[in-house]
Amino acid sequence: MSIKHILSAVAALAVAGGAFAAGADLGDTQKQATNWTAIVMFGLFVAFTLYITKVAAAKTKSAADFYTGGGGITGFQNGLAIAGDYMSAASFLGISGLVFANGFDGLIFSIGWLVGWPVITFLMAERLRNLGKFTFADVASYRFSQTPVRVFAASASLVIVAFYMIAQMVGAGQLIKVLFGLEYMYAEILVGIIMLMYVLFGGMTATTWVQIIKAVMLLGGATFMAVAVLLQFGFSPEALFAKAVEVHSKKDAIMGPGALIKDPISAISVGMALMFGTAGLPHILMRFFTVPNAKEARKSVAWATTWIGYFYILTFIIGFGAITNLIQNPGEFYIGGEIAKGLKGGGNMAAVHLSKAVGGDLFLGFISAVAFATILAVVAGLTLSGASAVSHDLYASVFNKGCSSEQELRVSKIATIALGVLAIVLGIAFEKENVAYMVMLAFTVACSSNFPVLFMSVLWKNCTTRGAVVGGFVGLVLAAVLTIGSASVWEAVLHNPKGSAWFPYNSAAIFSMSAAFFTIWLVSILDNSAQAKKERELYPAQQLRSETGLGASSAAAH
Amino acid sequence: MQDVLDRITKNPKFHEFIAMRSRYSIIMAIVSAAIYYGFILLVAFDKELLAKKIGAGVTSLGVPMGVGVIVLTIVLTWIYVRRANTEFDATNEAIIKEAQK
Repeated sequence: MSIKHILSAVAALAVAGGAFAAGADLGDTQKQATNWTAIVMFGLFVAFTLYITKVAAAKTKSAADFYTGGGGITGFQNGLAIAGDYMSAASFLGISGLVFANGFDGLIFSIGWLVGWPVITFLMAERLRNLGKFTFADVASYRFSQTPVRVFAASASLVIVAFYMIAQMVGAGQLIKVLFGLEYMYAEILVGIIMLMYVLFGGMTATTWVQIIKAVMLLGGATFMAVAVLLQFGFSPEALFAKAVEVHSKKDAIMGPGALIKDPISAISVGMALMFGTAGLPHILMRFFTVPNAKEARKSVAWATTWIGYFYILTFIIGFGAITNLIQNPGEFYIGGEIAKGLKGGGNMAAVHLSKAVGGDLFLGFISAVAFATILAVVAGLTLSGASAVSHDLYASVFNKGCSSEQELRVSKIATIALGVLAIVLGIAFEKENVAYMVMLAFTVACSSNFPVLFMSVLWKNCTTRGAVVGGFVGLVLAAVLTIGSASVWEAVLHNPKGSAWFPYNSAAIFSMSAAFFTIWLVSILDNSAQAKKERELYPAQQLRSETGLGASSAAAH
Repeated sequence: MQDVLDRITKNPKFHEFIAMRSRYSIIMAIVSAAIYYGFILLVAFDKELLAKKIGAGVTSLGVPMGVGVIVLTIVLTWIYVRRANTEFDATNEAIIKEAQK
């Protein structure tokens, strides 16, 4: 086994990177004819979820209700909500589009998306629940000085939320043109306002239920499509694959791995961002505080992993179904009826077109509505986690310690409105920009800042405030700066000449995450202050609570 | 409350228990990572193996293996959660009860 072999093996990890590129970016789309069925279905979804918000609003009285829905969510419900947060419109349309274009490679991509979940299940879920109350910063700052750790956690969370949000808002604008045949601008305002109503009035309860309803609709719709496809082939996957190989331009190549490998460093790097970034996303982490105890927290991740895995198997079948159904009917699904010109609305529309092929206009409307609702729900979750970072980590823990629950709730609502307005403004500002790198950047920042700080503060007794904060900021800044220097931003976004990018890899994670861990370790062991000594002495008590759950915050505040 | 905590901290069973549980979680994490990276290594080293037909038809070995990785990830998660929610939680309860006497 030569070095070259090993490098190319590692390079295979790059396939995961492709998933992000494909998943994050829906590309520039062409406005299609107005689809009234889809608009009406989406309207029904909004009406129903706003009714739920109204019911939830009556129960959202304290800050605890706002952040955690009072802690009354079961593990099964929370698992669906987490899956809802994770199964974005881009992953549904992007991965099925990839399978449609490349076959087997799409399956490799989707597997990459799943690998972060065992890490969360085995190492984080229960400790998070036992130590935390409202935000992951409660966990990271458990035995540390509050101010610096909270300021760090809030900064990192807001950066992650901002990039993730821009990608979603731009995606919403592009999708509304293809799915509903409406203007880009409508999407920004619609998503902004409806999402604000969910979060502002219904807090975490409403946001969770929106996520659950959307997850059920998405899983139901995808199941229907996959079953419809298999039905065409008498439930024989072999027959489906055989037909796909027969009609696809790449023929038998779609049944094996292709050559989507770039350089090895980018490959490892993307793999790391995928695996550990998930465990640093604030809108995912906050879901662990909505369940009553560690037992339910574990169940949530098990259910989330189950639904997400099941969903990826469905997208694989859907992608193959799109191959067999769409290619044979170019007149209806391809631009100008010519396969060479590509799918109407772009390559990511494979699943949407398939929904029409198997279920007619009504089902097309349903899937379109679900795809758009998906973005809405993800944006609501992001906004809530951003607002908690401001009101709980900055306001209530730094600027106005000892404020009342009412004051904190008020600030969280103001923060929600500010974030909602910001989302609309950014969505409009970035309309013509290339946002393909943004979700990847959010994951890179998450695995280089939140994750190392969380991991070290919970599992390493010698970690100190100074180490955590310095290391966390190093990771955060490095992740952002190196990403700016990579070709996907330096050349594609900042319009510098081709080849001028000074950071040669696709993903900064391998450098920024290692730097964060190293800095946390180095600064912590060099820290001999009295504060550091005190913090190390507090570790056994923290460990006791994180392992046994004794003294864990009972999420139900009433 | 404080003396309960002290008693747990002094109980060797508690330390044995958390060491055992940590070991188990780390092993599970390594196993799940090994399954994933093993699959990825195959993608890199042995594309032919993954593209190989499993029968007379077009279905390649890669398809059941890829789906297998997804299914195994889910199964491992449930194995861990089941054990943690029954056996581990029961031991944990017992240690806490003992300290509260």
